[in-house]
Amino acid sequence: MNLTNSLTSFLGSATIEASNVDPTVNLPVAASGVFSFMWLLLALPVLGSALLLLLGKRADKWGPIFAVLMVCGAFVVGLFLYFAMLAESANDRPVNLHMWDWILVGNFEAPIGMQLDQLSMVFVLLITGVGGLIHIYSLGYMKDDPDKRKFFGYLNLFIAAMLLLVTADSYLLLYVGWEGVGLASYLLVGFWQYKPAAAVAAKKAFVMNRVGDVGLSIAIMLMFVTFGSVTFTGVFDAAPGASESTMTWIGFALLLAACGKSAQLPLQAWLLDAMEGPTPVSALIHAATMVTAGVYLIVRSGPIFDAAPAARDAVMVVGAATLIFGAIIGAAKDGIKDVLAGSTMSQVGYMILAAGLGPVGYVFAIFHLLTHGMFKANLFLGAGSIMHSMHDQLNMRRFGALRKVMFFTFLTFSSGWLAIMGVPPFSAFYSKDKIIEASFSVNFWGGLAALVGAGITSFYMTRLWTMTFTGKARWTEDNQHPHESPKVMLFPMAVLGLASLAAGFLLAGAIETWLAPVTGFEEGHLPISSLAMESISLTFVLVGGAIAYLQYRRGVPITPPQHVSALTVAARDELYGDAFNEAVFMRPGQWLTRSLVFVDSKAIDGIVNGTSAAVGGLSGRLRRIQTGFARSYALSMLAGAVLLIVALILVRM
Amino acid sequence: MTTEHYVVLSAILFSIGVFGVLIRRNAIVVFMSVELMLNAANLAFVAFARQHGNLTGQTIAFFVMVVAAAEVVVGLAILVTIYRTRRSASVDEPNLLKY
Repeated sequence: MNLTNSLTSFLGSATIEASNVDPTVNLPVAASGVFSFMWLLLALPVLGSALLLLLGKRADKWGPIFAVLMVCGAFVVGLFLYFAMLAESANDRPVNLHMWDWILVGNFEAPIGMQLDQLSMVFVLLITGVGGLIHIYSLGYMKDDPDKRKFFGYLNLFIAAMLLLVTADSYLLLYVGWEGVGLASYLLVGFWQYKPAAAVAAKKAFVMNRVGDVGLSIAIMLMFVTFGSVTFTGVFDAAPGASESTMTWIGFALLLAACGKSAQLPLQAWLLDAMEGPTPVSALIHAATMVTAGVYLIVRSGPIFDAAPAARDAVMVVGAATLIFGAIIGAAKDGIKDVLAGSTMSQVGYMILAAGLGPVGYVFAIFHLLTHGMFKANLFLGAGSIMHSMHDQLNMRRFGALRKVMFFTFLTFSSGWLAIMGVPPFSAFYSKDKIIEASFSVNFWGGLAALVGAGITSFYMTRLWTMTFTGKARWTEDNQHPHESPKVMLFPMAVLGLASLAAGFLLAGAIETWLAPVTGFEEGHLPISSLAMESISLTFVLVGGAIAYLQYRRGVPITPPQHVSALTVAARDELYGDAFNEAVFMRPGQWLTRSLVFVDSKAIDGIVNGTSAAVGGLSGRLRRIQTGFARSYALSMLAGAVLLIVALILVRM
Repeated sequence: MTTEHYVVLSAILFSIGVFGVLIRRNAIVVFMSVELMLNAANLAFVAFARQHGNLTGQTIAFFVMVVAAAEVVVGLAILVTIYRTRRSASVDEPNLLKY
């Protein structure tokens, strides 16, 4: 079950030199052998979700277990495909499985096919591996929920859509998966829809994602107009020949899409609300997989951004801004899931930043995505374990001293804590420091943002850890009886805990070799030595952590203090993201719709109603001619006949 | 007697019929006026038929007579019904079908 072990032990043996590989010759070959079964990846979770959702109550008993088996089955298929891929040489690894023709209109064709290359492969393993673990965890977490079957049906639907997103061979099919994960996210955030907050959060997430989706659809249309094709191979082959302005537009549209899905500025506001969903959902969708779809999109579209430097810089700016933005929010929130959501925003910001660096950063974006998928899922599952035992208490000011009652959760959570801060030799030390180094080699300010972000990350995670596990207990025994979670929940936490400790160490170096044929890879050049850079960032991490520990180790007041800095007030209010949206989009939008309604009811309806009133009035007068006297009708007939005859005679003359 | 005479007579008869329809209230008289108009037309048909030396006009005259007879049957039936309900044969009385 351990994703990382299997992934890395074989990555290490790969012998292809990154610099020898030319990305342009890395074209997919038709699938054969094991690869012709890769449709099973999609079919298993689709089958699971279809059975669970269509059979209704009949599937209540065996449904959840079945869903778990389907995802684990997909993971096993993924492993087989991975081993088969390892057996190929680096340039022969991408395979394409054409399934059927979807749309054939004129010279437009949209085939349905799966493309599996090194990039898709790591996603497949991450999604099915972490997804499988979270399915297992949910068996315990959702044990007493009456709608457990529906929950697992939605989870399987999500896995299927996400796999479709990463294995699609065209932008159009990717869009289907893109919408599919949006739908699954909506259904799962609003899973407890009887809670108004959850229903509103689901709607908010869906609507804000729509804004980004418009970007993706515009990008696809532009691609079709420019290249006449929407398949990856078709677009990327033609990309270097297109005009830079077109590529810039496509790049910006793709960036908008990525911002929506990955909760980046300016479309970040939905992610914190999405925490209303069940915690396994937050772990799977809003931390490990779905929110990273934007990173996938940008890395996948590398050839487009190669031709659009302005769009690439915009990606970098968005990533750098969001990583600071999210970290500041995370540092001020009191809800444990809110802190983790801010953190997710910030960590995805790191990935986007790296993706905006070009070939210097692509590999590290995906590297950080993988390690983040593990340690953040681990942290969320830990938070879920705490909530599970604390009667859904989220407020960290009500925690404290949980180390004693939940020692196992404390252990796994601490591994995630060490991993995210980037303490050597744990996960983020490898992935995040690589991003910081790569950023400095491209742009000083991007690097500075990443460096400061690392300090703040360390601060808020230590704050969370200290408030939750150490100090005096601030919970009261009357309604909260913290206890360790059941084994079915502890097992995934243990696996992810180990993974978050070891993933960085195991993957470092190997991931560059593995991904370079797809994404390209260049070594960044730092003005100072790598060791010096690492020491600087480690200093930031230690200082941030130390400040938080010293400040919070004595415990915190149960009610949040009111006399705090303006920045804290703003950060508690999510840096006014919602207020901004309300002032800039919602109010003018309402004003616009109201004025449109006014114009519609007064002007448009006025014309239509006026015409009909005129016709009505006129016909009311004309009606008077119908007197009912037969003789007057006869007279009018005579008059008509005379008129006709006169007319005929006049014409004849 | 030339065709012209017949046509003038036909026009006079037709005009009398028209005025009868327009002026008289009694439905029977209106009917008779309609018959007068029909027969005025018949007269013109026959006169022209004779002038042209073919039978088309004659044939149409027979058609008109047959249609007129059928019309009288239906018309008189309606008239009798109206008289039964209203005790009057005036054409101005039944004027309910109006605006």
